[in-house]
Amino acid sequence: MTVERLADWLANTNPGFFIIAAALLVPLAKDVVTRAILLVGGPGVALVALINAHGLSINLSTVHVLGLDLVLYRPDSLSFLFGLAFIIASAIIGVYSLHRRDPLQDSTAMIYAGSAVTAVFVGDLISLFIAWELTALSSVFQVLAPRTRESGRAAMRYLFFQVASGMLVLAGVCMFAVATGKTQFALIAPSMAGLPVGVMDISAPGAVLLLAGFGIKAAFPLVHNWLQDAYPKASETGTVVLSAFTTKLAVYALARYFAGLDALIWIGAIMVVFPVFFAVIENDLRKALAYGLNSQIGFMVCAVGIGTQLAVNGAAAHAFVSVMYQALLFMSTGAVLYRTGTAKATELGGLHRTMPWTTLFCLVGAASISGTPYLSGFVAKSMAMSAAHTDPTLMIVWLMLMFGSVGAIVHSGIRIPYFAFFGRDGGKRSEEAPFNMLMAMGMAAALCILVGVAPGWLYQFLPYQESARAYLESELWAPVHLIQQFQLLVLAALAFMLLQWRKLYPAEQAGVTIDVEWLWRRGGAQFWSAISGSLGRGARVAGEWMTRAGIAIRAAGRQVFASDGWVAAKVPASASAGWCLAILGLVLVVALFG
Amino acid sequence: MTLFDTLYVAPPALTAQAPILAIAGPLIGACAAALSPGGRSGWVISVITAAFALWMSLAVACEVSRQGVLLYVIGGFQPPLGIALRIDALGSAMALLVSTMGLIGAVYSGHALVSEIRAETHTLFQSGYLLCLAGFLGLVSTGDAFNAFVFLEVSSIGTYALVAAGEQRDRRALPAAFNYLIMGTIGATFYVIGIGFLYGATGTLNMADMAAHLSILGDNTAVQAGFAFVVTGLAIKAAIFPLHGWLPGAYAGAPSLVSVFLAATATKTAIYLIARFTFDVFPDASTFGQAFLHVVLAPLAAVSVIVCSVQAIFEKEVRRMLALSSVAQVGFIMLGLSLANAAGASAAMFYIFAHALMKAALFMALGALAISVRARTLDEFAGVAREAPWTAAAIGVGAASLAGLPLTMGFIAKWKLVEAALQGGVIWMVAVFAAGSALTLIYAWRMVEALFFSAPVPGARRAREAPVGVLVPLWVLVALSIWFGLNASLPETLANSAAAVLFGTAR
Repeated sequence: MTVERLADWLANTNPGFFIIAAALLVPLAKDVVTRAILLVGGPGVALVALINAHGLSINLSTVHVLGLDLVLYRPDSLSFLFGLAFIIASAIIGVYSLHRRDPLQDSTAMIYAGSAVTAVFVGDLISLFIAWELTALSSVFQVLAPRTRESGRAAMRYLFFQVASGMLVLAGVCMFAVATGKTQFALIAPSMAGLPVGVMDISAPGAVLLLAGFGIKAAFPLVHNWLQDAYPKASETGTVVLSAFTTKLAVYALARYFAGLDALIWIGAIMVVFPVFFAVIENDLRKALAYGLNSQIGFMVCAVGIGTQLAVNGAAAHAFVSVMYQALLFMSTGAVLYRTGTAKATELGGLHRTMPWTTLFCLVGAASISGTPYLSGFVAKSMAMSAAHTDPTLMIVWLMLMFGSVGAIVHSGIRIPYFAFFGRDGGKRSEEAPFNMLMAMGMAAALCILVGVAPGWLYQFLPYQESARAYLESELWAPVHLIQQFQLLVLAALAFMLLQWRKLYPAEQAGVTIDVEWLWRRGGAQFWSAISGSLGRGARVAGEWMTRAGIAIRAAGRQVFASDGWVAAKVPASASAGWCLAILGLVLVVALFG
Repeated sequence: MTLFDTLYVAPPALTAQAPILAIAGPLIGACAAALSPGGRSGWVISVITAAFALWMSLAVACEVSRQGVLLYVIGGFQPPLGIALRIDALGSAMALLVSTMGLIGAVYSGHALVSEIRAETHTLFQSGYLLCLAGFLGLVSTGDAFNAFVFLEVSSIGTYALVAAGEQRDRRALPAAFNYLIMGTIGATFYVIGIGFLYGATGTLNMADMAAHLSILGDNTAVQAGFAFVVTGLAIKAAIFPLHGWLPGAYAGAPSLVSVFLAATATKTAIYLIARFTFDVFPDASTFGQAFLHVVLAPLAAVSVIVCSVQAIFEKEVRRMLALSSVAQVGFIMLGLSLANAAGASAAMFYIFAHALMKAALFMALGALAISVRARTLDEFAGVAREAPWTAAAIGVGAASLAGLPLTMGFIAKWKLVEAALQGGVIWMVAVFAAGSALTLIYAWRMVEALFFSAPVPGARRAREAPVGVLVPLWVLVALSIWFGLNASLPETLANSAAAVLFGTAR
């Protein structure tokens, strides 16, 4: 009886709440065992609750606040997969961060994970906004955690983007709710058969604002910079935490409200391509990974934009696996950073001698992101590619995605492990990573392998079951598909080896820009080099101008508004009295003649 | 108002006299405090009196929720010739707010005064404090326009003295009090001139009677001039930009107790009177009233939101920063009122509650910290969260509510304002709200950053956790801010029924 009631309660409570509840207890935990129990137990309970709810069609848990119905829990097959990914990531991160006791960072990381899970499972726009804002505010502590001046400033810039996103979402929600009176996504498009995905019409009031708010968090091109700016400045655990949730939550929101929106196809395709150039030249490995992450999100955004059943399946599957392998890559570079104090390509190399396990796990992650068959990337990425391939009008998009795949092999698949663990010996002889880090990496690596070897396990959770099953049976293991992927891999690896052997690959030097141009010229991609070079220069110049303008604005602002400035300068009482008369005159004029 | 309908607060005989007792109690207490022998006696009298005033205000609120409007004729002289207290849902909500803050301030004063004010003036200070409380309570209860002027002056004179009492801690309190005196007197004079015009035109001082005369009088130059004088005078008291010059200095220089109490009540009662006159006394559809709202009040409030928020961002002294923030928040409230509909008034009323709770908590926590740190600027408060976690956490919650983060009362207040502006179709106001909130977030964050994330200045005095006598009232305020952020039904019903008084129907 009580067991049933407990199960019922578990099945009707948003799993995110369990994680947040555990997070609030974390600062009280003094010893490592209690911390471990809380950090892993919170997600554990959430996982049990989620699995408990799986299969029960729709649980509506609604509260009534301020005349609004907030649907706190409404799982369906789209949210299930994202929620599962977030909960697993939260547990892995918990294990990964055990070696260092920082209550603020641990606790906020869990609140962040919990609010991301909450956001995925809520059933209306207002609850989504609240959870959305909570992820923004709790995640900024990850950037702040190193408590250095630089990270503080990066955190402010990060917070600005996140809050801007929240404001846009709030404005969009308000406009939409006032105009239509609907906030629950199940009611926005009631005529839609099956899964409520892509429920919002872009011409609806406020929809553009919502899209912009989601877009900032998804790091759309031109508003992507917060990602590459903040992620490398967080602590070794913080970057892992950040990489897992924010952007994927945005992908979820896009899929939920805007799947099938044509503009997203092109935004996603551009997003796949442009970070590749930056990722291959970046010296800071964690920043290179951040660019790679941005490109991966592009795949998902593009798939969401295509919006067919296959494509939405692809986006969801890709989000799941990319949480795992990106976390794995960030964890291994984080371990390197923790042991050696740097994550710069120029200062590392040859660490495989002393960090063999980390090397192994990093290789698993790298092979996954490269799309090696029998690892997780292949299983998911191929779906989005197939969705683009089946539509002949999307040929160019397909080519762009293909380019992104090759780029991923080069910048994340080969370059990261090569420069960190092999390559020119950086002379560092650090210890193997702490055991908890190895354990966390091992868990993520195991998942990458599990999904790759037995894709049926992942496919059973996908939003559209029949489509997923059909794809698994006919296309995934088709020979042409496998051969194509092997070709990509082998040729990219060969090219990299050739460049390395002939000492043409430049990134082991700190100053890279001119060398990179040269590399791309040699590679026969002069066009792209010109574009990326001038873009980079333009961005630098623009950045300088922005900095100067910022300084000028600050100075002017201080001149006008500071306590000794013009507005507040010591005015005698007579001047205040003068103001009184002026306002009285104004009101008199308005009252008499208005 | 189901809660107040069923609440039994006081025996009926006492309830019948509650309107006058709520005012007379503090007045008698003020005399008693002035005559008391010193030591802790002033504080004891103050707490007892403030608790009594709160009790009576609660009784009045219950009675109002049952009857609608409570009319108390003083001395049996029937209005319009005699003076009457006339309390409706708006007035009783304000009285409840004032007396709650009065009690919390009185409890807090026990600790705060010891370190901020010379011991021999404690009893006199308490006397001034109770005078202020009596003035504010009378102001929101009275149904007579001239009587309102009297109470306005009672409270103001108390306030001038209280601000000046900060001179032991900060010499700048004296010029600030003088400046406040000048401005306040100009405001009061304008008000009384305006009342003179209105008396000349209508021949009555009773507000309800005046409203009845005004509604049939039509366009009349004396009435319009009277209106202009009254609202301008009150605008000075409410610190509407650019008439707010007295406020930053006064709040920054005053003893922290005074800042707590004034920030929560002083400008709010003036706002109450503005709302009372523009929507209740003067006919709703009068062209000059509408013109005033749209041409003068709304633009000034919008400018105030932006300019004062930016000023707060650049302000180094933390109490001045909060004071400037208060002016900006008055702008928010005024924007809500200027919508001239029930939703806007309800949002403004809710904002008044929210702002009172969070600003009082902030001033209180900073006052308690300043006693041990002796700091004035934000930089000097760096890193005190390590030594005084509870006090700092209260500031954190207060700042979150100020910035309008979800799960705090400030969020719901801003939400209601935005909703009201959208309902009224005033899109530019939504933009002002958004910009103001973003700016608020910046200075609220500066505070949190300094307290929690900055390293302490080397050689700075170590902060101490505030004593229990401060932590209890402080966390009552903080808990209310959070509780009403989760379940806003109580302040919302209060605000809605107050708005219904002005506009007939609430949402």
